[in-house]
Amino acid sequence: MEFLQSIDWMQLLRCFVVGGIICIIGQILIDKTKLTPARILVIFVTLGAILGGLGIYKYLIDFAGCGATVPLTGFGANLAKGAIEAVQENGLLGAFIGGVKASAGGIAAAVFFGYLASLISKPKMKKQ
Amino acid sequence: MNRLGKQTIHFANPPTIVETASIVGPKEAQGPLASYFDQCLEDEFWGEKTWEKAESKIIKETVNLAITKSGIPASNLDFCFAGDLLNQCISSSFGLRELNIPFFGIFGACSTFVEGMCLASICLEAQAANNVLCATSSHFCSAEKQFRFPLELGNQRPPSAQWTVTGSGAAVLSSNGNGPFITHITPGKIVDMGIKDANNMGAAMAPAAFDTLMTHFEDTKRKPSYYDAIVTGDLGHIGKDILQDLCQTKGYNIKANYDDCGVLIFDQLKQDTHSGGSGCACIGTVFSGYFFKQLREKKINKILLMATGALTNATTSQQGESIPGIAHAIAIENEKC
Amino acid sequence: MNPIETQQQYSDYVDKKSPNSPILKNCFNAFWVGGLICSIGQIIFDFCKYKELDVTASNTVVSIVLIGIAAFLTGLNIFNKIGKFAGAGSLIPITGFANSIVSPAIEYKSEGYVMGVGGKMFTVAGPVLVFGISASVIIGIIATLFS
Repeated sequence: MEFLQSIDWMQLLRCFVVGGIICIIGQILIDKTKLTPARILVIFVTLGAILGGLGIYKYLIDFAGCGATVPLTGFGANLAKGAIEAVQENGLLGAFIGGVKASAGGIAAAVFFGYLASLISKPKMKKQ
Repeated sequence: MNRLGKQTIHFANPPTIVETASIVGPKEAQGPLASYFDQCLEDEFWGEKTWEKAESKIIKETVNLAITKSGIPASNLDFCFAGDLLNQCISSSFGLRELNIPFFGIFGACSTFVEGMCLASICLEAQAANNVLCATSSHFCSAEKQFRFPLELGNQRPPSAQWTVTGSGAAVLSSNGNGPFITHITPGKIVDMGIKDANNMGAAMAPAAFDTLMTHFEDTKRKPSYYDAIVTGDLGHIGKDILQDLCQTKGYNIKANYDDCGVLIFDQLKQDTHSGGSGCACIGTVFSGYFFKQLREKKINKILLMATGALTNATTSQQGESIPGIAHAIAIENEKC
Repeated sequence: MNPIETQQQYSDYVDKKSPNSPILKNCFNAFWVGGLICSIGQIIFDFCKYKELDVTASNTVVSIVLIGIAAFLTGLNIFNKIGKFAGAGSLIPITGFANSIVSPAIEYKSEGYVMGVGGKMFTVAGPVLVFGISASVIIGIIATLFS
């Protein structure tokens, strides 16, 4: 209960709106172009990395919190941020370590849960 | 057997379609034609472990059913022409490996069924065989896996996309019989009008269907009104519309008696199949299940059956190539002519 | 209608003939589902903060939990229904990345656990990692030059 009282509802609203708008951009790409899902994901992650590298994306994160970090642009920005921070610590070596290190949790989770799901689940017909 | 015009063959002793059989999946069983099919499956795996095995089982059982219904013992069948959409036509060759009949594996994408009947008719007319089997199959799940995305991927299908029919159609053809007869065949040319969108197969195949249709009319000097029904394979709602428009530009009005199996097999609004059905089994099951029975019962007497195929694969569409289309037509009539 | 002779004419004609996606409806669904997924992330994030985790760790927990939920829903054959409804709303958040790894893993299970699941797992999502990680390395190198 104490936790519920600590939620910043305005923050949550900003998160909802910004996250939603980023998804609308993706939806326009789906409907107006012939891009496949994989290409759209690549565009978002690369764009996020560039914006993160330029130091722009962190303002969006400050404003919208998870509305900016949960979309794949946030994943890209996190890769870039990790690389830059590691470079400050380790020099050039950091460029190769930082990105993957910063997003290791997400990648490992996706791989592990993917494997787990394949063990317990079998493909099923789409109903529509 | 004599040639008419550019591409058409007329049969003096036209082969008879003795019997057909069709088995479809659960989604097709909810469609408007459900009651015409011989068997409707309750689940897409049909007790098998993989989609590929399931498709093989469907074609195997459909072929067995067609042979049983025809009353011709399997040992009297001289050849089998069969094909499907999976790489190297494995559904047919795996499904029919225990059949013990000389086997021609053929590939014409979704035009395979009629391609097989064209070759079978020539075989029969040339007295190279007395009884021939034609079969084809497709499966929504194995086709999605091979050509598009994994089934569990949460993507949206554009409105022009078509739904691969799960099922199989088979026909037994014989050199002697009382009809329905295959009187003419018009094998089609490959036509490519530069459509690259793999989600709009109807538009990619419609020019090929148009080319074959026009050639058939010119070669045979027939008019669209000669036929009780002109039926294409899987142009879907968009492709059907395009073919009608294209025919209009040459002064042919086919609207009165033309329909498409991809349009007929599903209820577009209730079943959310977008532009309609596709796949080898689309024309395979709709002809075997519905139109053949209409011919038998003399509800229709003359039908021009035209199967359409998109000759593409996953690699060429990734390489940005356009989609070549093909269409083979056969005239099936209750009277010899 | 005029006769069609060139591929360009046909392509223009087909574009006119093919129905458009219901873009307004799709965008609306993408907006609220996408926003909702981010908000769930935000609540998890706030909970981590409440439990006194630092920002980086909290963000990682958010990713892992959302990926876990998406993997679970994919395995239950529910995610593709959400995806059909929401489009980019479930694709663009990290859930879409998870779905694109889990769905081939399940689909290619029939080809065995090593080459099927293991080998095909990245057929859809592989490019995301390739381009994302490559971009981060390039940005890191550029950052080295400027530091």
